[in-house]
Amino acid sequence: MKKVKITINDKPYEVDDGQTIMQAADKLGFHIPRLCYHPKLSIEGACRVCIVQVEGMRNYVASCAYPVSDGMKIQTNTEEIRQARRDIVELILDNHPEDCHTCERDGICELQRLAHLTGMRHRHFEGEKKHYDKDLSSPSVVRDPNKCVLCGRCVRLCSEVQNVHALGHAHRGFRTAVMPAYNMPFSESVCTACGQCINVCPTAAFVEKNFTQELYPKMSDKSLIKIAQVAPSVRAAIGEAFGLEPGRTMELQTVAALRRLGFDYVFDTQFSADLTIMEEASEFLERLQGKGKLPMITSCSSAWMKCVEQFHPDLLENISTCKSPMSMMGAIIRTYFAEKIKKRPEEIVSVAVMCCTAKKYEAARPELMVNGLPAVDMVITTREIAWMIKSAGIDFVNIKGEHFDEPLGLSSGAGTIFGTTGGVMEAALRTAYELYTGETLMDIEIQDIRGLKGIKVGKIVMDGKEIRVAVAHGLGNASKLLDEVRRDPEKYHFIEIMGCPGGCIGGGGQPYAGSNSIPLDEECLKKRAEALYGLDRNKTIRRSHQNPDVQRIYKEFLGRPLSATAHRILHTHYQAKKPCGIIPRELQVR
Amino acid sequence: MSRKYSITICDGPTCLHKKSKELGAAIEQCLKEHGLTDKVRINLSGCLGMCAKGPIMIINPGYTIYGGVTAGDVAEIIEKHIIKNKPVSRLAIEEDHLYNRFFRVFGDVNFFGKQLRIVLRNCGIIDPESIDDYLSVRGYEALARVLTEMKPSDVIDEVKKAGLRGRGGAGFPTGTKWFLTARETSDEKFVICNADEGDPGAFMDRSTIEGDPHSVIEGMCVGGYAVGAKKGFIYIRAEYPLAIKRLEKAIADAKNEGFLGDKIMGSDFSFDIEIRLGAGAFVCGEETALIHSIEGHRGMPRPRPPYPSVQGVFNKPTLINNVETWANIPVVILDGAEWFKSIGTEKSKGTKVFALAGKIKNTGLIEVPMGITLRSIIYDIGGGIPNNKKFKALQTGGPSGGCLSEEYLDTKIDYDSLAQAGSIMGSGGMIVLDEDTCMVNIAKFFLEFTENESCGKCAPCREGTKRMLEILTRITEGKGEDDDIKKLERLGKLIQKASLCGLGQSAPNPVLSTLKNFRSEYEEHIKEKKCRAKVCSALLGYEISEKCIGCTACKKVCPTGAISGIQKSRHVIDQSKCIRCGACFEACKFNAIKRT
Amino acid sequence: MTGTDDIKLTELKNFMADIKKRERSESQLIAILHKAQELYGYLGNDIMDEIAVTMNIPTAHIWGVATFYHYFNLKPKGKHAISVCLGTACYVKGATQILETIKKELKITIGETTQDRLFTLEETRCLGTCGLAPVMMIDNKVYGNLTPKKVVEILHSLAHEHEQEQQAKA
Repeated sequence: MKKVKITINDKPYEVDDGQTIMQAADKLGFHIPRLCYHPKLSIEGACRVCIVQVEGMRNYVASCAYPVSDGMKIQTNTEEIRQARRDIVELILDNHPEDCHTCERDGICELQRLAHLTGMRHRHFEGEKKHYDKDLSSPSVVRDPNKCVLCGRCVRLCSEVQNVHALGHAHRGFRTAVMPAYNMPFSESVCTACGQCINVCPTAAFVEKNFTQELYPKMSDKSLIKIAQVAPSVRAAIGEAFGLEPGRTMELQTVAALRRLGFDYVFDTQFSADLTIMEEASEFLERLQGKGKLPMITSCSSAWMKCVEQFHPDLLENISTCKSPMSMMGAIIRTYFAEKIKKRPEEIVSVAVMCCTAKKYEAARPELMVNGLPAVDMVITTREIAWMIKSAGIDFVNIKGEHFDEPLGLSSGAGTIFGTTGGVMEAALRTAYELYTGETLMDIEIQDIRGLKGIKVGKIVMDGKEIRVAVAHGLGNASKLLDEVRRDPEKYHFIEIMGCPGGCIGGGGQPYAGSNSIPLDEECLKKRAEALYGLDRNKTIRRSHQNPDVQRIYKEFLGRPLSATAHRILHTHYQAKKPCGIIPRELQVR
Repeated sequence: MSRKYSITICDGPTCLHKKSKELGAAIEQCLKEHGLTDKVRINLSGCLGMCAKGPIMIINPGYTIYGGVTAGDVAEIIEKHIIKNKPVSRLAIEEDHLYNRFFRVFGDVNFFGKQLRIVLRNCGIIDPESIDDYLSVRGYEALARVLTEMKPSDVIDEVKKAGLRGRGGAGFPTGTKWFLTARETSDEKFVICNADEGDPGAFMDRSTIEGDPHSVIEGMCVGGYAVGAKKGFIYIRAEYPLAIKRLEKAIADAKNEGFLGDKIMGSDFSFDIEIRLGAGAFVCGEETALIHSIEGHRGMPRPRPPYPSVQGVFNKPTLINNVETWANIPVVILDGAEWFKSIGTEKSKGTKVFALAGKIKNTGLIEVPMGITLRSIIYDIGGGIPNNKKFKALQTGGPSGGCLSEEYLDTKIDYDSLAQAGSIMGSGGMIVLDEDTCMVNIAKFFLEFTENESCGKCAPCREGTKRMLEILTRITEGKGEDDDIKKLERLGKLIQKASLCGLGQSAPNPVLSTLKNFRSEYEEHIKEKKCRAKVCSALLGYEISEKCIGCTACKKVCPTGAISGIQKSRHVIDQSKCIRCGACFEACKFNAIKRT
Repeated sequence: MTGTDDIKLTELKNFMADIKKRERSESQLIAILHKAQELYGYLGNDIMDEIAVTMNIPTAHIWGVATFYHYFNLKPKGKHAISVCLGTACYVKGATQILETIKKELKITIGETTQDRLFTLEETRCLGTCGLAPVMMIDNKVYGNLTPKKVVEILHSLAHEHEQEQQAKA
């Protein structure tokens, strides 16, 4: 790599050619303040916060876009550029509400940090402020355009990474705003509720729909049985909300904290993940023998399901009919468990603690109701539960850990790795192999489908039959993979798709990136994934079908995988949906 | 068929409004009556730039220009001029050193007139809807020469040598731009003509396209050959329907005759042109925004580098030039770089078309060699300020430019000297302002425009221009505060240096240049709440003088009942009730109301 | 929808079908929106949906483009579109007064349509007829050398014309 000589703030450095000023500066330890720039998204140069002075140029230059060249002299911290940056941030703040203390992101807001760093202590330019209504229509994501700083990250992420294109810039000049098409209510748009916009937004312009206030009265209602289930990805990331390093598993502390909050039973979604594997692996083998369409595509990701119904209705028959682990657990709680503790299902408040915002949408789907009741009453994200724990004064980091309740608390390693991209596939193959061949799969860690590459392919051989699998994470990669499938339906047998980059560990409900990190940071995702793989490695039972509690539930209640009871309770159906968007309402012709 | 005469009628919008269409019909009728239909040809031309004297009619040979012609004059003109060869002197425009001196010496280049029409060489002479006419004035000969005698690198060298600079406003050396685009290797390259003329008060590009569309097409073909492009786009404002129509016809005709399309004139060079419409966004005149607009997106600019010559439309190397630049190219090729660079100043070669408007006697389109002084333009060509008013400032460069006060009148027109004087060349708008113009108000007017046209992508322009406008509005409403000027300067410099594109970078120019050259007017507005040009209505006081005869007309129209008085005696305005609406001033027929 | 709407839709679909034959057809979005506005007078949500499906362009993108360019109407317009030129030459010759006169007379502001759907008021960028400043354009006709009195006369005569048309129909 060719090198060039530059100076930054009068000090000489030698850096690689072919990169931007910002990239070179970052590597040298100069973190130039920025807002609209994100390494995973295209470069906009819109916010002008990252401006620097380059000798010989009359105007300031956006360091995120301008390439280094030999002999370039850069200033990032002169009085002039500091004042300019400060003024630019003030202009951005001019249309931002001054309500930090009542805002969701007080203390964890990028804009707050920026304002503080630029040293703004006095406002010079005040004038007209724009006012918008909050959009509360979606069960998952709340949109508040008043807080938007027009960085455009959400638009680029929704289009470039997720390929959903639910958001765009509209209008012009001072009236520019980010909104779905026609400014329709978010719930009516093509939004898949994946919540990545929440992750990437520097302010509280996007936040999850908060259910904590609805939960509290239920928690204090003594006539109700409060049951919580915890997703795998929650334990891998919740520590970050308490200042811990990413990747530190806090499973036992989470259980303990939930009990202290007042939950009567705390179950593990990893248990129902095992159950999902039983059903799904069996379903796959049936299709393999000709009783259904191939390739089979997993359906645990709710954002992915909304995406399929809207954009890929031609592939509905390929989708597994299995419910997600969360909905399966909800169904089991309302039936099997209610009976076990001799309570009526209506007396149970079923709460799911999830890393995911789309699960809030999923919980409201009428197809997932069980005997007239929603399988899950309420979905709380990792952020919401972390806040509840802090708000209750529980010393999360130091409390003595506790274990999940029986009989829905024991899980295998396969159930654990559900949270990361490739995990569902690996878990399914571990069981499918044995169900098909009668033998145990010894190479239990399928490395080909681990990691953060957008589309991963792998294969295993079962009794001489080659099974080709593919894994995609992020809806944009899913879209690419599905195009391959349409061109060549025989290319793969089994496909796993997770709607969020990184899989569920990168979900829209996970803790915000800290001040030393960025949203969607790959290092952070890798560490969270490693936490789950580590848990898997340390378990004695690593295959779903070997989970004794799973075996018991079949014996006592479900019979066998794909039985009539199993179908009634653990399977669902999907249909093509037509929100306002790419697929329009039928134009009536008279 | 030999023709005796050709009659050209200007059908630019001003002349059309003055009923130039009726002229055409009247002439046809009269010719028919005299049996001369076959001997006299009637042409229409685009705007000839003599709007104040319209409707304009030119009779050739002889180049007699008639102004203010009505249908009633037609019979006299046909009988005297056409039949008896005696021009009708009462209608002829005969002032010296205006447009006609050059016209009489058709095809030659006139160094001695104050104007020098290179870009507008054919406007008014040929029928813009006739490719035959264009061919008869050496049309497409430059392209033929390029395709048969020159290599692409030869063409670029010639353009470089000529010293032509981009006429869109930035003045970037055209030859260099061509060179940078040519040297890129790519499977596809494109050429673009920027016809999104957005400066209010500017109609140079419009007139060029309406009057001589083939000159632009030919220029683009030469450019395409030089850089290795096979496809060109003309991005034109939707608000120019006649220009669009003329372009469509010209492209179709050029295709028919083999000057566009596959294997042009039998060579290996193929080139096609497509028209793309704008839709009402001034920012699309900025090259990266224009490129995004052609790609079907919002017209938002993006950071450069990469420059369009490397990564332009559809991510391919793209050569983008303004209409006027393209129209110069055939002349550079045919008459040569040596000749071209003999015109103009050392660093700014050739001519520039300006749209002269505002408080000046001769409003219209002029084309002058670079180096002519502003004084010469305003007083020699423009005829000076009407109504004996005093010259106050010249605004050049449209909403991106600055206001030059009297001390700059001897500045020579040239990219660098105008920039040094605190303004810019811009695309050619030139607005003359007199003593009745309030400089604060003018700055506010231009800022209103740029604020409205801001694309909204970057914070300095989107929020900054709004804030500056709010401050300026307050000042014109008499609510100026002490630190307003400081704030305007701080914001202005920030927006200039921190904005993403040229619109933002130049939006503060009118404000900053008026602050520099007319600071006292700002201070009067703020500290004394006074507008010396008597424009800012909130700062005007109204008083009734001794001329008042007590007709009560003002009392009747006053909306707040601030005027009291009995019939036949001098009325009085109660200043505490007066809202300065000016209704009384309009109503008084005796000039008895003074504005202070 | 009526029979004429059928015809309009077919024409739009044919226009898009032609465009799809060329390469990079999604880049022709602005031309398609111009066509749709030409046919319907404005861009309704269902028309934009139709364009989205045919051209495979996300609606959020189309909405972004339609709202960016001032030429496009997102609401139906009145019978007569009044565009007051506020370009420099007109401004210097009193265009704001002309605008205020119209606002007062029709009781609407810029972007609005009168109650009786007869007039829509817009301001425009320079029309290039600076020799006639101040200028307004109604439909495709340019009215120049305006004074407040002339403006009122013109508006009244158009309203009168409309009344007579209505009476003739009745």
